Amino acid sequence: MDTTVTNATTGKVWGGGNQPMGASYGKLMMWFFILSDALTFSGFLVSYGFSRFKFLDIWPIADEVFTHVPFFHGNYPMYYVAFMTFILIMSSVTMVLAVDAGHHMKQSKVAIYMFLTIIGGGIFVGSQAWEWGTFIKGSYGAVETRGGRILQFVDAETGHQVALADFATTIETDRVQHEAKNGIWFESESAGTTYRLEEVVAGVQSHENILVRTETINAEGKKTVLDRLESLEILNQAVGVVEGANLIHNEYGHRLFADFFFFITGFHGFHVFSGVMINLIIFFNVLLGTYEKRGHYEMVEKVGLYWHFVDLVWVFVFTFFYLV
Amino acid sequence: MAQEHNLAIFRGTVKFKNNVQKIWGVLIFLSIVTTIEVILGIFKPDFLVHTNFLHMKLLNWIFIILTLVKAYYITWDFMHMRDEKGSLKKAVVWTSVFLILYLTALILIEGNYIYDVYQDGFIKWDF
Repeated sequence: MDTTVTNATTGKVWGGGNQPMGASYGKLMMWFFILSDALTFSGFLVSYGFSRFKFLDIWPIADEVFTHVPFFHGNYPMYYVAFMTFILIMSSVTMVLAVDAGHHMKQSKVAIYMFLTIIGGGIFVGSQAWEWGTFIKGSYGAVETRGGRILQFVDAETGHQVALADFATTIETDRVQHEAKNGIWFESESAGTTYRLEEVVAGVQSHENILVRTETINAEGKKTVLDRLESLEILNQAVGVVEGANLIHNEYGHRLFADFFFFITGFHGFHVFSGVMINLIIFFNVLLGTYEKRGHYEMVEKVGLYWHFVDLVWVFVFTFFYLV
Repeated sequence: MAQEHNLAIFRGTVKFKNNVQKIWGVLIFLSIVTTIEVILGIFKPDFLVHTNFLHMKLLNWIFIILTLVKAYYITWDFMHMRDEKGSLKKAVVWTSVFLILYLTALILIEGNYIYDVYQDGFIKWDF
């Protein structure tokens, strides 16, 4: 930034007041931060790759996990994430336009573009929250074995997954949720799943068209579907019902998949959230005319760098979580 | 504060009249690349899935290369790396590229080794 340079020191390289690599102090420090943050994110993504390589032939297929679009029922793999990607790229564009308007000292234009960027960021964070909610809630329900493997249920004719609610038999039980107010006062349990294991097993036994699908990926790149006898056999190993996903259980497949999903998209979402907050502060400063008085809009440029970096990270998360 | 912008992309094949036009041009390019990725991700053409090149599906090679292309244009045009001095470009790009390549190679080889141990070793993990 030529306005922050004192020209008196020109020629004296070691005399101070010089800008290393021709970038101002603030921009250079932002690049330092971005570089270290990029290494943090690559650490996360690489550890995801590590766990995936360990369990390469049982890893969940992302296309089968993220199939929901708000307000629409049905199977739409990828569409919503693609929409989120476009939103983030669009907000990146409005951010560069704000930086460009700043170079021309157009206060109102900077404000408008900053505002649009904030809106885009808000939509993205909202979408991510929705995606988390859908993932946590789960869609079909599954059964977990002693070894921690997940067994899902499919319709023998269509090959589509079926929800537990569609076939589980209701069995009356005297078992009630143990609450702290009854019995031992320091012990309680969670409400448990909608269907108990014996109800699911009875449901499979009475419905001839239900087959079990294991996590193992076959030669065609699809999950293996067992035949009727094998299905009934393998259910002996089941120890519990899983509905939805959390850090301990995951109805979609390997639990590490859910852990990395929460960790990586959560860390990225936190970056987007803090980006929106920083953008808001800068937006109000633009409205107040702080940079107009200062004579330059370098601050917009610096938060812009951060904002684009968040977009950059998403490009990689998108590829390694949803595509590859 | 008139800052000089380098307005040519694709090694000078496409030149834009001003910075705003360049931004929209880059947006169109990034959108096309993303669309290609999404279409390939939804349809997963058989010949790309079943062709392996250097131990990886051709489809995954395409995804990773397109991602790097997108990363290049985001850094170069949105983050204005194109207008920075060569020393800054190298300080940022070389550092990250070499460290990440090194990390990725070591960790993925290690992951693959553990996969082999689970398959062939005396460890039972699905009981």
